[in-house]
Amino acid sequence: MIGLEHILVVSSILFSLGVFGVLARRNAIMILLALELMLNAVNINLIAFAVYLDPDLIVGIIFAIFVTTVAAAEVGLAMAFILRLYRSRSSVNVDEVNLMRW
Amino acid sequence: MFFAISTIAIAGGIGTVITPNVVYAALFLLLSLLAVAGIYILIFSPFLALVQILIYGGAVIVVVLFALMLTRQSGEAGNLDSRQKPIAFVAGSGMLAVLIATVLKNSWPDPVDRQVVGLTELGSELFTRWAVPFELASLLLLVALIGAIVLARPSDKRPGDNS
Repeated sequence: MIGLEHILVVSSILFSLGVFGVLARRNAIMILLALELMLNAVNINLIAFAVYLDPDLIVGIIFAIFVTTVAAAEVGLAMAFILRLYRSRSSVNVDEVNLMRW
Repeated sequence: MFFAISTIAIAGGIGTVITPNVVYAALFLLLSLLAVAGIYILIFSPFLALVQILIYGGAVIVVVLFALMLTRQSGEAGNLDSRQKPIAFVAGSGMLAVLIATVLKNSWPDPVDRQVVGLTELGSELFTRWAVPFELASLLLLVALIGAIVLARPSDKRPGDNS
């Protein structure tokens, strides 16, 4: 059986990679991929805490299912948004999108 | 076992954030997500591993690959990294340091042996105690679906029109 701290360290590393990816990339799709990485790290944490601290384990699993649902909805919507952006600007780089910048 | 799978997950994550090729990044992400599914199996949640493989491996990565194919860029515009990469590196390492320090500083409960939650139990719980959030999640998916259709539908304006 694995110690809780090992799982937490792994998810911390994944989350930090996600933070780095979101900040370092300028392609909107790459930012989205890094975001998925962060959501997954959070999911690992939810399950790990449920397994180690919650007697009936089920709440953590259900929360993780909801996080996954929201992630899927988010990806679908973001992809539509990115396609729209590409059609109007011929670019998906977020530093070139300045319509709402003052 | 756990360390092997974690190494794969982290390697996939690193590949996702540093590779200069968009398709490789998506495939690295897939590798990382499948390894995370392995971690779920190791910590007594095989159902979630299944959900992970189905939704991420089957749906999200495919959608991402489609979007990548439809938004090909070349030359300078194809450079994936922004100018603030050094700052991002500092922020990421700072985040990592804080998280790891927090994990190591606290003492955690000992490992326990758990029973895997049965699908029957999970399903009945989902439809009784968690029925309202469940329905809200389906509503969210519906709204996202409609929103995606409305956003991605070609407008009547001619292409290249910026508004």
